[in-house]
Order: sequence, then structure tokens, then C-alpha cells
Amino acid sequence: MSENRIILEVKGLKKYFPIHKGDKTLFVKAIDGIDFEVREGETVGLVGESGSGKSTTAYCVIGMYSVTSGTILFKGKDISCASSQRPLELKRDMQIVFQDPGTSLNPQHTIYKIIELPLKVHGLAKGREMRERIVQLLESVELPESYLYKYPRMIGGGERQMVAIARALATNPSFMILDEPTSSLDVSVQAKIINMLIKLQKEFNLSYLFITHDLSLMRNVATRVVIMYLGKIAEMAPTEIFFQSPQHPYTQMLLSSIPVVTKEEEELKPKKIKSQGEIPSPVNVPPGCSFNTRCPLAKPECFEKDPVMVQVGPDHFVRCNLFA
Amino acid sequence: MGDLVKIQDLYVWFRVYGGYMKVLNGVNFSVGKGEKVSIVGETGCGKTTTMKTILRILSSQAHIPKGEVLFEEKDILKMKEGEIKRLRGRGVAMIFQDPMASLNPVFTIGDQLAAVISHSGVQDLDKEKIRQLSINALKEVKLPDPERILGSYPFQMSGGMRQRICIAMALATERALIIADEPTTNLDVTIQDQILALLRELVTKRGNSLILITHSLGIARENADRIYVMYAGNMVEVSNNEELFCNPLHPYTEMLLGCVPKLSGGGIAEGIAGRIPDYLNPPPGCRFEPRCPYATDRCREEKPDFVDVGNGHKVACFKYN
Repeated sequence: MSENRIILEVKGLKKYFPIHKGDKTLFVKAIDGIDFEVREGETVGLVGESGSGKSTTAYCVIGMYSVTSGTILFKGKDISCASSQRPLELKRDMQIVFQDPGTSLNPQHTIYKIIELPLKVHGLAKGREMRERIVQLLESVELPESYLYKYPRMIGGGERQMVAIARALATNPSFMILDEPTSSLDVSVQAKIINMLIKLQKEFNLSYLFITHDLSLMRNVATRVVIMYLGKIAEMAPTEIFFQSPQHPYTQMLLSSIPVVTKEEEELKPKKIKSQGEIPSPVNVPPGCSFNTRCPLAKPECFEKDPVMVQVGPDHFVRCNLFA
Repeated sequence: MGDLVKIQDLYVWFRVYGGYMKVLNGVNFSVGKGEKVSIVGETGCGKTTTMKTILRILSSQAHIPKGEVLFEEKDILKMKEGEIKRLRGRGVAMIFQDPMASLNPVFTIGDQLAAVISHSGVQDLDKEKIRQLSINALKEVKLPDPERILGSYPFQMSGGMRQRICIAMALATERALIIADEPTTNLDVTIQDQILALLRELVTKRGNSLILITHSLGIARENADRIYVMYAGNMVEVSNNEELFCNPLHPYTEMLLGCVPKLSGGGIAEGIAGRIPDYLNPPPGCRFEPRCPYATDRCREEKPDFVDVGNGHKVACFKYN
């Protein structure tokens, strides 16, 4: 895997949102210095609780937010500029599927119009070809031609997400960001979508950045897992290694909180690290290690020293004072 | 163990333009005293409708052609308005999915807790006593600094804290039955774990009965003694906790279990083809028949009964009778 070409490289990325309180300006540190990469054909699972900065990361990569500092390299080229300054070709090569297909598809447009838009913008099909291409895209997500003139409200939530995926595929991207594509869906529908995404990945040689809060889903989908907490990466490892030997106390807390359905899985959970406390506000990040308010293993130094990322195994990185 | 709630052959229809949505289709369900029961099912299968029937808070379009809902052997559907109010105030408490929507945004937590306590039928309540009971309720759900919280508004709390407040309200006074309707769906997994552990602990300590509605088989497994699986307005399977996961009988249960991503890996099953039937024109026989890989002619015509296959494990499928 590591011999594969790096497609996306994020270096020291920071994104602060200013908030004005009286004459003071505070900053929400949504992302506070993260480094990771996505290699060709890989699925990187970016996992975190709400407020951890995982969606902000996605929006910075896709260009919806300008970055505060740091660089984003896509196929070796620096793309850490605003979306308006990005070349059209780059926008074609990179697509995103959002969480809620109820709001990401225009309710006033038919499926035909929804998928037609990216084809028009990028000049990928014209005239008679257009319809053929749209039907072909629908087929690739296993939706029948009869759906062309339906409106999003007329089809189920799972099917809507399939349309959103077809729209993202329309421009033949090589890299796709999936921002919690199944979190509003039932498991039986989720299973269909996930299997579809895996199939499409093989067919079109796609690389995915998969954003989610569901670790057990990542066990089955991702090749590598990145855990975020309060705008920083806590742990990063290839999936197999990650689930065999999770190192960071936060990761262990996350894993032990997951409700499971078999005894086998029960044994895979780390010894019950009791979940305590809540994620602090990103405006008032605690000094030292940001996890110190909830960490059962916190030492005095954790309240002063912010840990640095250390390598603990092949491709396995942890940011915790216990390993420094 | 006597049954606290027993639902027998319940049908609930909703009047809409173009006919009736035949949602509940002969539901059989029971909860014993002090028992923790979970109902698992996907969106739109009728879990919440069943619970709303217990509290009689169905919308005005609802029509109940048939069925009984017994609470301590009295039929809720035949109760007078006064009796049902007493039941809501003292017998049953419900915790809803979205605490932001179930708490009133313009009243303080203290006001809202006081309203619950003053309707509970406890005698000789004065302001000071209500305040004391409110503080105790908040302490019990392990909220720090309860005096300050009494004066706060819901928007000043985090999602996890709001759900703790809802639990405090449900448990502020003596209730026989707590219904928790997807209490942790909007919460992160670490907070979910905390809230469920708290709910489990309090309900066990007080010996209440609990009905936990969820769409997650994992949550049901970790919190209930007995689990009902619901599909399209029917209970399709019920069994003791472990048994359901080792030996799922109904094809729907089996397929649903396959769809759950496992921590042990091994990929995810293909999903279940098709979708939940249209309630305006549901299939006449078994409602799972259009999606079932084992369907026969009999399934298309006849509705399977909910039969016991031993040890209280019941299943509604012709494969087993």
C-alpha cells in the first residue's frame, strides 16, 4: 500500500473561525495543526465526535473554506487557496458527497437536472450524449432509467444518496470525500450504499476520504484510520493494526463505548475505559493535552505539555504524553 | 412476574388523503414489572406509534379498529380523560429522542422540573420542597452544580446534559414505567455510553420497567432483558437477549444482523433489497414477503401468527409453523 502514489497530502493544516465578543476577538480552533495523507486507491477513515473538526477538514480540502495556515497538496500541487481560485480541472478531479441527501439535492430539480449540472459545467457531454451519460451514471449506482424525471422527494433516503453519489461520479473524479454518507440512514440501507461505494472504488480506481463517527463501519471499509479530537489528530494507523492494538486513551474510550452484537466483538473492545466527561468547547481548549479533562490516565505533565506525534509501530502514530 | 403493560392484537390506522395508512398490523407486546425490554426496528416500522398508543398521544388522524392496551390490567384505550391524565402524570414517563424539542426553550430547567413534580400527586408541596426534589432529581442523574442548572435554559446545556435533564424529569417522581424513545440517537458514542449506563443504573435501582426503543441491535443487546424486533407494523420476533443474537429465527432479524458493521471486520452483508411497504396498500400476507428470500405462496396470502417456539422465543414466520 505504501508504495502507492500519494494523492492528497495535508501538512500543518489550521482553520480558525473568529468570533467577536464585545471588542475582543476569540478564535474557534476547529482544526489546529493536522498532518495526514491519502494514497491512491485507499480509503482513509477520518473519525471523531461532533466538534472534532472532521467536517471542517473535508471542507478545507474541497475548497469550501479557505485555510488559516498550512498546505494541502493534491497530486503534488498546492491547492490551499480558495475555491474561486482553483482551476476547473482540479474541481472536476475532486468531488464530495454530503451527509444529508435531503438537503444536498435541489428539491425543485428532477434527477436528470441534478446530474446534468456537473456534466454541463465541465463540458463533459452535449446534446444526445447527455441523456445517455446520465442513464449510464444512474445504472452505475443501480437505479433504473425511470428515475430520470423523478424529484428527490419522491424517492427513499437511500436512493437519494445513490443519486448524490452518481452526481459526484459524473465528472470522473479520482478522489472523493464522503462526509458521513450513511449516518442518517438505516443499517440495511447503509449496507447497500457501502457495498456500492466499495464496488465503485474498484471500478473507477477512486481514493476516498471517508468522514464518519462510526468506528465499526470503518473496521469494514477503511484501509487506514485517523482519529481526531478537538481539531488535532490523536491516533493514526492502518485498520488492522488500529483495531488490534489501539494506543491512545481516547481511542480506547471510543472503542469501549461502541455497542456490539456478538461476543467475539466484545472481546475486541479494550478493557472498559469508562467514558467520562464531554468534549470541551473548541473556543476554550484546555492547556496541555486537550484530552486531559476526560483522560483516566492523565499525569501532571499532561496539564502543561501538549504532546507531539510519535511513531509506535509501522505506519502507526500516536499523539499522547504516555508515549513521548 | 405479572405484566405491567400488555398489548394485544393492536391495529392503528391513520386517515390520510386516499384512504388509511394501515401502520400497526396486529401488534402483540408485553413488559413485566421491573423488566427491561427493547424494541428494535428501522425507520417507519411503527415503534414510536406503538409507544404513543400506550400514552394515548396519537394524532387526531389515528383510528384504532381493533386491539387492547392493558396497563395494570386496565384498558388504556377505554380510560376516561381524567384517568389517562393520571397515568401520564404518575404511571408512565417518556424520554424522547430530541431533548431540544422536548424541553421548552423559554422556561428554565427549574420551572420545567417543578411543573412535572407538582403534577405528580405528591401531597403537601410547597416551593421549598419542590426545589429540594428538583435538586435531588438533578443530583441523581449526576449533573454537577444542580442549583445553577435550575436557573439555566435548555440552550445553555450540551446535548448530553439536556438528555440527562430529560431523564431527571422522567425519574423525578415515582413511575412504574419509563419509555425511552431513541434517547441517544443524536449523541456521540462516548456520551451515548454514559447516558445508557445512567438510565440502566437508575431504572434497576428503582425497580422500574423500561421500554427502550432503538434502531441499533447493539444498544438493545447491552441494555435489555428481552428484545422485540419490529418490521412494518408487526412484531416479527421476540426472545431473551443472548438467544436472539445466537439464534435469530426470522429472516428479517437474520438479514438485519448481517447488515450491522462488526468490530471484528469481515465486511458487511449486501443489505436488504427493496424497502418498507407502502402502508396505504400493504401486502395482504406477511408484510416482509416482498423482500424475503424464503417467501412462498402461503406468505403472499396469509399473515403468520406470532407463535412460541420454546422458552418465550416467539416468531411470526411460516418457516416455523
